[in-house]
This record gives sequence, structure tokens and C-alpha cells, in this order.
Amino acid sequence: MTNNNKSQDKSQDKSKLASVMGGTLNWVDARFPLTSNIKAHLTEYYAPKNFNFWYFFGSLALLVLVLQILTGIFLTMHYKPDAELAFGSVEYIMRDVPWGWLIRYMHSTGASMFFVVVYLHMFRGIIYGSYRNPRELIWLFGVAIFLALMGEAFFGYLLPWGQMSYWGAQVIVNLFSAIPFIGPDVSEWLRGDYLVSDATLNRFFAFHVIALPFVLVGLVVAHLIALHEVGSNNPDGVEIKKHKDKATGIPLDGIPFHPYYTVKDMVGVAAFLIVFSAILFFAPEMGGYFLEANNFVPADPLKTPAHIAPVWYFTPYYSILRAVPPILNSQFPGVAAMGLSVVAFAFLPWLDRSPVKSIRQRGSLYKGWLAAFVVSFLILGYLGTVPSNVWGQFGAWMGGADRATVVARFFTVVYFLFFILMPWYTKKDKTKPVPERVTG
Amino acid sequence: MKTIDNMKNILSALLLAPLFAFSIAASASEEVHLDKAPVDASNHESLQRGARTFVNYCLNCHSANYMRYNRLLEIGLTEQQIKDNLLFAGEKVGDTMKVAMNKKEAAKWLGAAPPDLSVEVRARGADWVYTYMRGFYRDSTRPTGWNNTVFDKVGMPHVLYELQGEQELDHETHELKLVKPGQLSAEEYDTVVGDLTNFMAYMAEPAKQQRNQLGWIVLLFLSVLLVLTYKLKKAYWKDIH
Repeated sequence: MTNNNKSQDKSQDKSKLASVMGGTLNWVDARFPLTSNIKAHLTEYYAPKNFNFWYFFGSLALLVLVLQILTGIFLTMHYKPDAELAFGSVEYIMRDVPWGWLIRYMHSTGASMFFVVVYLHMFRGIIYGSYRNPRELIWLFGVAIFLALMGEAFFGYLLPWGQMSYWGAQVIVNLFSAIPFIGPDVSEWLRGDYLVSDATLNRFFAFHVIALPFVLVGLVVAHLIALHEVGSNNPDGVEIKKHKDKATGIPLDGIPFHPYYTVKDMVGVAAFLIVFSAILFFAPEMGGYFLEANNFVPADPLKTPAHIAPVWYFTPYYSILRAVPPILNSQFPGVAAMGLSVVAFAFLPWLDRSPVKSIRQRGSLYKGWLAAFVVSFLILGYLGTVPSNVWGQFGAWMGGADRATVVARFFTVVYFLFFILMPWYTKKDKTKPVPERVTG
Repeated sequence: MKTIDNMKNILSALLLAPLFAFSIAASASEEVHLDKAPVDASNHESLQRGARTFVNYCLNCHSANYMRYNRLLEIGLTEQQIKDNLLFAGEKVGDTMKVAMNKKEAAKWLGAAPPDLSVEVRARGADWVYTYMRGFYRDSTRPTGWNNTVFDKVGMPHVLYELQGEQELDHETHELKLVKPGQLSAEEYDTVVGDLTNFMAYMAEPAKQQRNQLGWIVLLFLSVLLVLTYKLKKAYWKDIH
């Protein structure tokens, strides 16, 4: 009897609660499109059911962005953007701020891991043709995110005010002075001084904590809105909207993003965090690739380090810069080539003339060029981390040129040929027919 | 006007120098063999001995501006022990390891101001410090009378020479030979320098041990999370084919 009463009470409570919550939701929905947005972007956003491993990296990039912003806020509470105090304030965070070392390592590891996931995310877009019609704008927003991310990383790297921070910034800002006519003024304007100094540190801090995070978040929102407008591509490169359930209008190969992909992405998040934590807790310097030894020496404008190399994620482009020889005594061709090597990605939607999107239907010609590009990217990336005499010199028959420089030149050419010849080899490539439905 | 132009030229040369630095490349220091430093952050006795050597010998010229004395509580010292054995000039136990030497004056005396050593091991590596402190040899061509196998033409004199004695370098075999013994035997001296290096490695990142210990707990937690999320995914996806 009493038991019965209790359970009745409980169910009454439940329905009461539900009606209160429903009421609140109605109140909000009358004033803000909450339910409709949750439907449009989560519970009734239909994504292809055949996403594979490569599709984890979009949500992971979002996760790292949030992580960088949150840890960044806490670092900003203790960091001092002042040439006299910056280096010491980072060490203060590492030692005296409770859990400061953890926050700082999350941020420094996060910076490198951001590029890892973004590179893998971009690679996914390339192999499955996610940049093709009708997704060109998603891709362009993505390239813009990549550019903003590079800027964000560059400005942030100056802040610890170590030797590599200082001289890396010096080199990169000086690149702008190679631009004809306006160059020297542009680099002076960026620095706010004739050389990298306190003024530079202050403005880079402003760019890093306010300007670029705003731009990044805005672009990410645009990227997602564009994606949800046209719908996701998939490893088969087929349009799931072509086959809809006649009664409901839902794509037959589509499943609601929530809960299916939210629970699937949680698996990706857990696996990613394991890798992330293994680095953070056991090798935060990552052998000098994530945190460089020379950056534990405070910046000294009078002492140029023997070897200046950017952080690993910039090294493919840095290699290209070094590989292009000066023409008419001007460094501009190298600088232009470096800029072009990054911007080239933006042209992919219009360079690719293949009748198919996904690598699954492409022929060996395309696969060969893609492999050559990946190899070039990796070798250029490696060469950018080492001095150009690393492999010694050729004999007199090559004019005694540095071996590594010659190799870098060769792969720079391959890197650009991947883009330049794309209209030709994608057209000529023998492709397989595209399946009607996703193959799972 | 002309001087201004000259200044501009010099300045732009200076600014562009690093851009071309890659072509000159980084063979400044020839590869020197470094001995493996006996670093063990769990050996508190070694760390304590190293701290004493550091405070007694290094801390006269080199600061450790980011290291607080009372952080040494972590390596098993009591506040009273720190006060009695390591504080000599009226410092407070919560102070950082500062040094009274004026940087400008020091640069005049030694050619370069002694660098702060808080994070030296992170900049150079423990093996470098360990080999360097055992690599001093007599060189009459140097103003201090000392040179070093790891750091050629170093400005620093051999501060521990009373302990180690004096070495000479055989310029043909590149080997060091003890020509005048010090207070310690070679093994004892290596232990002193090993302890010192161990302490400096600890000082460069005092949170390292905590970091490693926490790491295992985090990885354990995440492994469980991975299994749970995987099972959850399987359960949700059982109808999707």
C-alpha cells in the first residue's frame, strides 16, 4: 500500500517536472530558436552513416580550440606581456601558480596537437574530395581558419620570450621586408619598432589573445554553418540527399548527428586525450619539437642563435622559403613561394577536374601524385627543422651545393606540381564508377 | 645624413642576418661527446647534496631567480635545515635564489654575465652540464687560466678546482689528464658533480615528478573512459548497418 503510494508520488513528481521543463522550453522557444537550432544542427542534421577514422578530426579540432581558449584564459591571468618580465612570468606559472605547469603544458601541447588534427582534417578533405562542388565555401572557410591558426601560433610563440621566440619572430617579420616597395614599412609596422622589442611583444599579445581568437571562432562558426547547409561529404563521395525516404524526406543513408555521431566522437575524444596526455605528462617537450631547448634561454637581441628553425608545423613552408634561391639579389621569390605554398590549398576546388570526388574511385595517376605530395610535405617538413648542411655537400660537379638544399628544391617543385598539374592528371586519370548509395 | 644612411645599412644587415643564417649553418660547435648524467629525481639525498654544492659554489655568481628556497621542502629538507645550511645573507626562506653580483660588472670581469641557472638544464641538457663541470682544463692562453672541452673559450673559471684538482688537455688525443690532484678522488668528484647536475635538473622543472605520477592516473582514467565510450557507441549503433 505504502509502496504503491510512493511510486505514484514519484511518477506525479516526474510529470510535474516534465511539464515545468516543457513550459520553460516553450517560453524560451517563443523568444529564441533553441529547439529548432538543436534540431537543425544536432538531432535532425543527417550525416552519412559511413564516416570512418578520418572523420574524427573535425570534432577534435573543435575540442582543441576550446581547450586552447580555456587554458589561454588562465595563462593570461598570470602572464606579463613585458620584455623584462615575460620569461620570468612563464617560469612563475610553471613553479608558483597552483597547477600552472599543467595549464601551461596543456596550452603548449595543445598548440602542436591543433596542427596535428588540422593537418589530418585537411588530408581527409583532400582524399575524399570534400572541397568539391557544392562544398567549395566550406573548404575556403577552412583554408581561412588554417591561415588564422598559423597567425595565432606565430604570435603566441613570441610570448614566452625565449631565444627561439625572439629570433623566430625576427626572421618571420623580416620576411615581409622582402616584399618590393612596401615591404620595409610593413615589417616595421608589424614590429612597432626597428627590431623585435617590448612594443612587438605587447602587440603580439593583443593579436594572440583577442584579435585572432575572435577571427578563428567566427570562421569556425561560418565553416559549420556552410557545412550544415549543404551536408557532409563521405568516404564514398556520394550525395546522400539524392536518395531520401519518400515519407519523411530523410536521406536513406543519413543518421542524426546526435546521438549517433556525438557518441562516436566521444570515443575519438577519449582516444585523442590518451595521446594528448601521454605527451603532456611524459614528454611535453616532445624531443624539442613542441618546446625547443633554446627557448629556455631568455631572449637576447644581441646574440643570434647558430640555428634558427620554426616550430615543426611551419617547417614545410620554411623549407620552401629556403629552397628558392634569391633572384636579382632579392629574397622576394622565396617569400612569395612560401606564401603560395600555403594559399595553394584554396584553389583545390577549381584545380580538380575529376568526374569523381573520393580516392575510392580514383585511378593510380591521381594516387601517385597524392603520394608524391605527401612525401614532399614530410621531407620538406623534416628538412625545415635542420640546418641545410645536414647532409653535407655535393662534389664539385654540383658546384659544392648543400645536398639538403638540392633535395629541398626537388621536393619544392614536386609540391607545386601537385597543384599545377592537377587539372591535367585528374582529368586523364582512369576512374571507377561512383556507387549510387554509400558502401558502409 | 650619410651617417644615417650608414646606420640604416647596418641595421638592415643586422635584421636580415638571421634570414641568411641558415646558409652559414650551425656547425659552430663541433660534436662533443657528452657523458650520461646520473639524474634521479627520487634520490632525495643526492638532490640535497647537490643543493648544498649549488648554494655554496654556484650561487655566488649565478642566480636561480625562479627557484624558491622553501621549494626544497619537497626534497626532504626541513625549514630549519634550509635556514641553517643554505641561507647566509639574511634571505627569507620564501625568497628566490638571487645573487648580489651586478650583471654589468660581472660582464666586465668575465667577458659575459653569468647566466641565471634556474632552467639551465632544460636549455642545455643534464648531460651537457655534467660533462661541462668535469671538462675544465688549464689553458694559459685564457685570461682566467681555464678552458673547457665542452664550452671552448668559456668565461667561467673552474670554481670546483680545489675539489677536482687541475686537468690538462692532450691536444692530439683530446683526452683530459689530471696533473694536480684535488681534495677529492676522481670518483668522488664525479659524484659531487653528478649530485649537482641532479639538483639542477630537478630545479629546472620542480613539478616533473608530480607530472609523471599524475600522468599514470590520468591515463588510467582515460583508458576506462575509452572502454566506456566505446561500449556506449556500440550500444547506440547496434541498429545502424
